[in-house]
Amino acid sequence: MNTALELASEAGERVTHPAPADSPLAMQELTVSYGEKPAVFSIDATVPAESMTAIIGPNGAGKSTLLKAALGIVPRLSGRVLVFGAPLAQVMHRIAYVPQRASVDWDFPTRVIDVVLMGLYRELGLLHLVRRHHRERAIACLERVGMADFADRQIGQLSGGQQQRVFLARALAQNAELYLLDEPFAGVDAATEKAIIDVLKSLKAEKRTVVCVHHDLATVTDYFDHVLLINVRKIAEGPVATTFTADNLQKTYGGRLATAHIDQLKLPAA
Amino acid sequence: MPSLFLDALLLQAGYNAALVALGAALLGMAAGSGGTFLFLRKRALVSDAVAHATLPGVGIAFMVMVAFGGDGRNLPGLLLGSALSASLGLLAVQWIASRTRLAEDAAIGAILSVFFGFGIVLLTIIQTMTSGYQAGLESFLLGSTAGMLFQDAVVIALGGAVAVAFVLLLRRPMTLVAFDAGFATASGIDVRRMDLAMMGLVMAVTVIGLKLVGLILIVAMLIIPPVTARLWTERTDRVLLIAGAVGGFSGYLGAALSASAPNLPTGPIIVLVSFTLFLLSLLFAPGRGVLAALIRHRRFQLRVHRRQGLLALAHGEAIFDPLTLTVLRREQLIRQDAVATEEGRALAAKTLRDEKRWALVRQIYQDEAVSGRYDGLTPIESVLTRDEIAELDRRLGPPAPVS
Repeated sequence: MNTALELASEAGERVTHPAPADSPLAMQELTVSYGEKPAVFSIDATVPAESMTAIIGPNGAGKSTLLKAALGIVPRLSGRVLVFGAPLAQVMHRIAYVPQRASVDWDFPTRVIDVVLMGLYRELGLLHLVRRHHRERAIACLERVGMADFADRQIGQLSGGQQQRVFLARALAQNAELYLLDEPFAGVDAATEKAIIDVLKSLKAEKRTVVCVHHDLATVTDYFDHVLLINVRKIAEGPVATTFTADNLQKTYGGRLATAHIDQLKLPAA
Repeated sequence: MPSLFLDALLLQAGYNAALVALGAALLGMAAGSGGTFLFLRKRALVSDAVAHATLPGVGIAFMVMVAFGGDGRNLPGLLLGSALSASLGLLAVQWIASRTRLAEDAAIGAILSVFFGFGIVLLTIIQTMTSGYQAGLESFLLGSTAGMLFQDAVVIALGGAVAVAFVLLLRRPMTLVAFDAGFATASGIDVRRMDLAMMGLVMAVTVIGLKLVGLILIVAMLIIPPVTARLWTERTDRVLLIAGAVGGFSGYLGAALSASAPNLPTGPIIVLVSFTLFLLSLLFAPGRGVLAALIRHRRFQLRVHRRQGLLALAHGEAIFDPLTLTVLRREQLIRQDAVATEEGRALAAKTLRDEKRWALVRQIYQDEAVSGRYDGLTPIESVLTRDEIAELDRRLGPPAPVS
């Protein structure tokens, strides 16, 4: 944070945030509403480059909605989204998205390898044929998530954790700089959770940025270095060490998170 | 009749019959492949609304053409009119579904009946008009091939070919939108525009099929082929191919059949042919067919009974389930009086041993995928290596004999 800005805002002056050109994902006064009641209200947030950021909040806090609004999947009521300092439409090719597993019909007639190849459609365009090197790349992505043996399976035969890994492999095929994942650890087995977090950490090591909607407070400090706490409005954002505090969690979850529960969490050493 | 049918099949039954057969085949291909995405996007019923919404357009186009002193039955003119009113119906469905709290099925029901009713009113008025050779307009309801002109066939053939090309061009984005609209948006595909293209395609197929099969049955040509194809394959591209083939074959065979006897209506026969293909697929397709599912279920049931029976033998319990007894007797694991044979005792001991091995496996590899492979039915040798089993046995100690 810019100290001059901080001083200015403390002095009560109106501060217009400058668009951070280097941030992979910056949201300004983002508001989304499905009816009269806003699901996300006036959220300002800046995801630092090469960070692993968790979006955290209770059920119905608008975590997934925020992510979808940032990607243009649900319409914004107001506000601005900048990806790498540019409007979304110009930088689509630098983003990969992993939707919630439950958002698709797993009885769809398609195999694991076909799903991963969908990550290459942008590159293939309308007419290019799928060649062997495309297929090899898709297999390599499946290998990274430990699913190469399942390439020819119909997707309906996979377990929940395997489905999640296939979705991650599809995003890997997109070879993006910013990865947005919606609850990647929801309802997966321990082996899958490990496989996914290993891949995400390797993405960070490759200097890519990872943003996850995350629900498991117990793993936040182990997995992420940045958090964005929201409950319709933004509660706090910043490094895990200074932001993921009992105080902020209480503000985010209100009465829904008992103080005793917070005490059990692995919070960053104060 | 058989020779006439053969003639029709070989395009020898006269110029008109050949035209109809080729036109129906092309239309069937276009409808089958175009309908695939409609089916995969789970919006099959929208096509019914679109089809019924064509009728007012037919009536109005006829009236307009007559009013301007033209031939009221000019096919391109009628098709243009039907396309316009179909788009209107489609837009109305979209608008109701997205702007009001009514669901799409309610919107479809309302639009379908209102447009169709209005169309029937228009046709009735036209019947009472004195000018314009109105005879034959009602054939748009159920289709008719009588008096089909060469130019009509050309319109159908061209339209069908364009529709197929369109499907091939847009197959990737349409697949993506049907499977995962959120991901499609995040990949830069305009989902709304793609849906519009899909509905445009459906509308085009409907309109060019009006003359041949009529607006009431065109839905069957859009939906039955992809549903049939889905029973045979687990891949989108193959569903598309098979649906196109089923549609084309049904169109061709149906047209030939109806040409082989007087007074056999073309549209309904085509639909019946494709329905026959669907029924055969539903019953006999491997994997998804009803028969295959029954056989799989029965096999599974027998395996479960075999295992339960063997475990009962191992524990020295009496078996009462008749199916279990039958299974064990058939393999000669027990005698007629339900006493275990030599072979039965050995297998029972092994089954019990495997149960204990599995229990240990689940303890040792709690987190790993292998413990999830336990279902009591998969032979342990097919999951673990010989060395792993030996290690399990070392921990378990010597097996207890089964009396």
